[in-house]
Formats: sequence, C-alpha cells, structure tokens
Amino acid sequence: MDNSDISADSLISVRNLSFSRGNRKIFDDISLDIARGKITAIMGPSGTGKTTLLKLIGGQLFPEQGSIVVDGLDVHQLRRKELFNLRKRIGMLFQSGALLTDINVYENVAFPLREHTHLTESMIRTLVLMKLQAVGLRGARNLMPNELSGGMARRVALARAIALDPMMILYDEPFTGQDPISMGALVHLIKSLNTTLGLTSIIVSHDVTETSAIADYIYVISDGKIAGQGTPKEIEASDSAWVQQFMKGDPDGPVHFHYPATNYIEDLLVCSQQTARIAAKKETIKTDESLNATGLKNAKGLKKTLSRKRGRSRYHRED
Amino acid sequence: MLHFIQQLGSSTRTSFAKLGRATLFLGHTLTGAVDVAIKPRLLLNQLHSVGVLTFLIVTISGLFVGMVLGLQGYNILSDFGSEEALGIMVAASLVRELGPVVTALLFAGRAGSALTAEIGLMKATEQLSGMEMMAVDPVNRIISPRFFAGFLSMPLLAALFSMVGILGGHLVGVGLLGVDDGSYWSQMQANLDFYDDIVNGVIKSIVFGFVTTWIALFEGYDSAPTAEGVSRATTRTVVNSAFAILGLDFILTAMMFGDI
Repeated sequence: MDNSDISADSLISVRNLSFSRGNRKIFDDISLDIARGKITAIMGPSGTGKTTLLKLIGGQLFPEQGSIVVDGLDVHQLRRKELFNLRKRIGMLFQSGALLTDINVYENVAFPLREHTHLTESMIRTLVLMKLQAVGLRGARNLMPNELSGGMARRVALARAIALDPMMILYDEPFTGQDPISMGALVHLIKSLNTTLGLTSIIVSHDVTETSAIADYIYVISDGKIAGQGTPKEIEASDSAWVQQFMKGDPDGPVHFHYPATNYIEDLLVCSQQTARIAAKKETIKTDESLNATGLKNAKGLKKTLSRKRGRSRYHRED
Repeated sequence: MLHFIQQLGSSTRTSFAKLGRATLFLGHTLTGAVDVAIKPRLLLNQLHSVGVLTFLIVTISGLFVGMVLGLQGYNILSDFGSEEALGIMVAASLVRELGPVVTALLFAGRAGSALTAEIGLMKATEQLSGMEMMAVDPVNRIISPRFFAGFLSMPLLAALFSMVGILGGHLVGVGLLGVDDGSYWSQMQANLDFYDDIVNGVIKSIVFGFVTTWIALFEGYDSAPTAEGVSRATTRTVVNSAFAILGLDFILTAMMFGDI
C-alpha cells in the first residue's frame, strides 16, 4: 500500500506529534495516517508509547506539539462535549478489559446504551444479546467480571466496545497474556468485526505473528520515531536491521542483549584487585592485634574504615 | 542544610500542587449534583455502601463510649454528690464532641478507606479510563454519588452514635450504678440546648463528613495506578482524615463555644 493512498482516505491523521513524560521523549515529531476501513497495527517494544498514542488519539492526553485529526475533527481543539460526542463513535478495548467489576456481563455491555440512548429495556436486551452473541458469550451474560477468564473478559469488553456501533475500535494489546485458543478467538473476532461492521481498527501490539496475520498496514515505532511502515509483506522484507530484529525476535542486534557497561574483563580484574587489597589489610590488622593488645582501639578504627571502604567498593561493583 | 531547604521547598510545592488538584476535583465533583439529581438510584446505592454498612461499627462503638462515659462520669460526679447530673454530662459530651468526632474517625476508617481503595482500584484496572473513552464522565458518574452519600450519611451516623451512647450511659448509670432514672432524663432535657448543643454538633458532623469524604475520594482518584499506590493512598486517607477532623474540631469548637 502506498503512503499517498492512505492519506487520501485516512480516518486519522497524526501530524508532527511530540509528547514527553518528564524528561523522556515518547514521540518526537512523528506523522502517520490510519486508513478508513482497514486494520492498522502500531507495533514496537514495550515502553515505546504505543498505549500513549491511543490515549492521545482518544483525547485523554494532550501533545506538546502537533495535531491529531479524527474524521475531520482536531481532537485536542474540541470542547468537552464535542470530544465526548466523538468518543461515542470510538470503541476502545483496554488491555485489562476495564470491565466495571460491580455489575455483571449483561450490565457491562448495556452500560453505554443506558448512558447514551433512551432505548426501551426490551431494545437494550435485544442489542446486548446481539453483541454478546457476536463475541460468543451470550450464555455468560449473568456472570460477574471476576468469574471470567482473561480472554472472556476481553471478549465482553469487545462486545461493550461495539455496543454503540462505533466507526472505529482502538485495541490496546489485545493478545497479551492469552492462551492459544483465546488468542485465536480474538484474532478471528477482530478480523471478522472489522469486515462485517465496516470498522476501522487500530491494534497496538508487540505480538508480531498474530498482528501481522490480520493487519493491512503496520507502523513500527522505536525511540519516539517511526522505524518502519508498510504492509506486513513490506515490513517483513524491510532492509532496516532494527525492524528485522523486532519482527524476528532476535536476542541481539541493533538492540543489544547487554545493557551498556564497562569492559567485562577489566570489571572482573578491578573486583579481584580490590578483594586482594582488603584481604591484605585484614591480615595486617590481625598481626597488629596479636602484637599489641593496647593497640586494639586503633585496629577497631581501621576495621571500621575498611568496612566503610568495602561498602563503597561493593556499591561501585554493582553500579 | 541546603539539602534540607531544598527538600522543604520541594515538599511545599508538591503539597500546594496537590491542594490545587484537590480543589479542582471538589469543584468537578460538586457539578455532579446534576447527575445525582437525574439518577437518584446512584445515590441510593452509595448511601447503602457508605452509610448503612458503617451502621454497625458506629452503633457498637457508640454503645461502649456511652457506657464508659456513664462509668467515668458517675465516679467523678459522686465525689461531689451530683450523680443526678450524669445524664447531661453524658449527653453534652456526646452531642457536642464525641458524637461528631468519634463517628468521623470511625467513618474515615471504615467508609473512607473503602472509598479510597475502591476508587484507586478502579483507576488501576482502567475502569475510570474506560468510562472516559465511553464518553461517560467518571467524576460525575462514580465520584459524585459517593461524595453526596458520605456527606449525607455522616450527620445521621453521628446522631445515631450520640443516641446509642446516651442509652449506653443510661444502661450503666441507671441500670448498674443506681442513678435516678428521672434525674438522668430531666437533667438532660433541662440543660441541653437545641441550638447551642445539638445544632452545633450537627454542623460539626456535616463539616467532618464533607472533609472526610472529599479526602477519601481525592486520595483514591489521585493515587498511583498500582497496588502499592492504592495501599499508600488508603493509609493517607486515614491519617489525613484524622488530622483534618481533630484540627477542624478545635477550630469549630473555638468558634461555637469559645471566646476566640
């Protein structure tokens, strides 16, 4: 898929977005487009700000610079009421499901309908059962959230996310911590819902295989920048060493296995030299003690000094 | 020394920033009165969990405090041959001070800590974020009904505490120690002033209910969204509420009964 094609029919346009947490730059002047009616994946290692991007799109966070336009509306210029109206057209599936724990499955799915519509109880019942049937959990309607497995909770949350028939759904790490059967069910659901309901989907994930299987377009984010983008095939054939390492899950590469440290051999030698010095000083103290009983006080002072030094050297080794 | 000054400056700035957030949060919570008026069921549910579930601890504590007051009061008053004044002593102590203060402390321990933990966990499990993304204001939908429930429950619980305490005092003073039944009630009736004693006590309990519920809800809402963050916030609720209740009690007592 060519980038210009996406821009022509994009539901979301992110332009020159920068965002920081404290001194850490999460996004550094990034621009991307989400195509209408497609499944777009945002991938990258943990801590790269994938969930932050979803919160920025949903207007829960404000960027330092840049704009996010969703269906022609600049999210961060909207008044509160306008933002809430936009959110009614966006479904979001949280990593934990975010189901309300004090009400059952049925009431969770009915929640947005009760809050935002004036439908009769029989209409709400019909809609809730339809949404639950779509995710295969019509029979679990009376269960409480704490009685659901992780995969079931996410499916209920998905039923709730589509309750108001949104134009798009944001998926935050939908596959994390799922067993193969739940994972397969979620993959199938995301794909089939997108097709049958004509949705636009954004999946934030680092599960390469599952996400690549259903995504139409992938953005790979690293260090606040877009490290690669394209269809799954284009990403697979990317000439970027970093993207290749991420997609294949290689333990070493541009992202090193070892955390930056001083030379290993030198580090070990420094350690053994220090131990030898301390041992020598201990020996001297012992000799002093046996030779001069009156010098006991001085030896204790020296021992204290040594233990302080030992403490410091241990700190340096760990550091 | 320089480090100490830096720490002092940093903690002062943090405290003022938190106070500012808490004030904005209170303003936002009060606007939720409209939602509560439209959906009174939300308030009724919370009146049950905040008020009714605190009923038992307040009743039992009130009974024991009243019994202790009856016993201690009798021992002191009998030295002066004024046992018949036991009724007014027990009632004035409860209605003016112990009712509002002890109920508020119990309320902070039982209902306040539960509110903080509940809101903190809702935040940690992304339920509040989820509501925001469903275009539902979590402060108006979740916080406001709890705030008004706490605010309304406290005066009722304090009145219950005082009532049970007076009965506890009667049980010990009249039932066990032989104080005259008529004196116990008539002294109370003659000397307890409706405005000076009862209304002032009710005002205190309203203020304590307002502050305690505000602290509990804000600490939950402002907590770090982790298990450790929620436990720290719960501790802060109990500690800060106790300080606020006792400090405000002195100020209110000085305004109501003192010449300050």
